[in-house]
Amino acid sequence: MALAKRIIPCLDVENGRVVKGVQFVDIRDAGDPVEVAKRYDEQGADEITFLDITATHEGRDTMVHTVERMASQVFIPLTVGGGIRTCDDIRTMLNAGADKVSINSAAVFNPEFVKEAADRFGSQCIVVAIDAKKVSKAGEENRWEIFTHGGRKSTGIDAIEWAQKMVALGAGEILLTSMDQDGVKNGYDLEVTRAISEAVNVPIIASGGVGNLDHLVEGCIEGKADAVLAASIFHFNEYSIPQAKAHMREHGIEVRL
Amino acid sequence: MKLAIVDYGMGNLHSLVGALDYVSNIDVLVSSNIKDLRQADKLILPGVGHFLSAMACIKDLGLDAVLKELVIEEKTPILGICLGMQLLTDSSDEGGYSDGLGFINGRATRFNSNELPVPHVGYNQVNAAVNSRLYDGFGPSPDFYFTHSHQLQSDCSIGQSTCHYGNDFIASFEYENIAGVQFHPELSQTNGLKLLKNFVELF
Repeated sequence: MALAKRIIPCLDVENGRVVKGVQFVDIRDAGDPVEVAKRYDEQGADEITFLDITATHEGRDTMVHTVERMASQVFIPLTVGGGIRTCDDIRTMLNAGADKVSINSAAVFNPEFVKEAADRFGSQCIVVAIDAKKVSKAGEENRWEIFTHGGRKSTGIDAIEWAQKMVALGAGEILLTSMDQDGVKNGYDLEVTRAISEAVNVPIIASGGVGNLDHLVEGCIEGKADAVLAASIFHFNEYSIPQAKAHMREHGIEVRL
Repeated sequence: MKLAIVDYGMGNLHSLVGALDYVSNIDVLVSSNIKDLRQADKLILPGVGHFLSAMACIKDLGLDAVLKELVIEEKTPILGICLGMQLLTDSSDEGGYSDGLGFINGRATRFNSNELPVPHVGYNQVNAAVNSRLYDGFGPSPDFYFTHSHQLQSDCSIGQSTCHYGNDFIASFEYENIAGVQFHPELSQTNGLKLLKNFVELF
C-alpha cells in the first residue's frame, strides 16, 4: 500500500478549554481538549491539531499544561498553532509535548523566522499555515492572495508563490485554509488546494469548509491534498472518524484503519 | 529495571516517556548524565532534527564513547528512534556528510523524489521481518507514523523490515542488542505502544 491520507480533527482552544463547542454523547465535559483529543484518538484520528486562540499570557501557560497532559495520554501526533512567533514559543510547545507547531502570521511578518525555526528544530516539526482567498474575478485567471487577521486583511502576496517560498525556507508541511470556504461547509477550495499541491513538494493539509464526507474525498482526489483537516463535522457527531475513513476508502483513498 | 532515554537536547520526549509509562512498569529516566546511562538496563536514543548537529551534540556531551562502551562492549539493549536510529549507523548526508556512531552498517540519504512529497509524513505500512522481536504478535504489515526526509539503506543483513515510499527503505532493524525504528512508535497509537512494550520485554 501507499502512504495513508490523514484525517486531522482541529480544536480551537481558549484558556485551556475547547471553544466553538464539541459534542460527544458520552463525554460529560466536552470542554477539556485532552478529553476530546482522547476520544478522537480512540476513534482512529491520525493526528490532532490544537489552535490556541488565547490572547492572554496566563491563557498561554494553561495551553502549555494542556499540551503536557495531552502528550502523556494521547499517542498520535499533536500540532499546536496560534501565537507561535519566536523560537522560544516553539521550544516551549515542543518541550511541553507538541510534535509540530504551525506558524501563521509570524511567517508573513518575518519569513526568515520559518528558516530559523526549521534550521533549529527540523522541517518535520514546522508547519506553515496559509490563509488564502481568491482575489480574481469571474472570467479572470485564478489568483489567490494571503490574508491575515482571520481573513480580513489582504497582504497582496500571491498564495502559490508564498507557498513555494515557505517550502524553500524550510516548511515541512503546508496547512492551507481557504478563507472563502472556512465555516461555510461547501467543501474545500479545490482549485487553490490543487494549485498549491502541484506547486510544492511537501505534504499539503487541506482545511476550511468541510460540510460532509464527500468534501474529504474531493480534497484528496481533486485537491491532491495529503491530509484533510476538519472541525465541526466531527465535533457535533454529524460524522465519526471511522465513518469518514470508510467513506474515503470506498472512493479508493488509502487510509489507516 | 531502568530505562534511560538519552537526552542530547534534540526534540520532544514527553510522548515517549508517556508511552513507556503507559505500557510498562520500567523506571524511565531522561538523562545525558553518564552515570545515569551506565546504570540503565536499556537505552533509547531518540531524536528529531539534523543528523550533523545531533552528532555534534552527542560528541560535545561525550556520549559517543559511553554509548560505544555500553552498547558494543556491554551489550546493553538500545532502541534508536527516527534520527536516533540513523545515528546508530555509519553516516548521513543530512546537513553535509557526517559520520554516525557506526554500530550498524547503514547510511542515510535524502529521499530523491520529484514525484512524491518530502518529508515522508504520515502512517505507512511496514513489511515486518519474520521472527522479529520488535513485531512480536503483530500481523505482517502494521502501520506506523513516519516523518523524515532521509532514508536508510544497508549492505548487510541487519534484521531489517522495510517500508515503501518511492522505493523500499529500512523502516527498522534489529541486530543482537541493537534495534532502530525510522517511525515514531510513541506517535503510532496502538501499534506503537505494542512495539515499545516488545522492546522493553524482549530485548
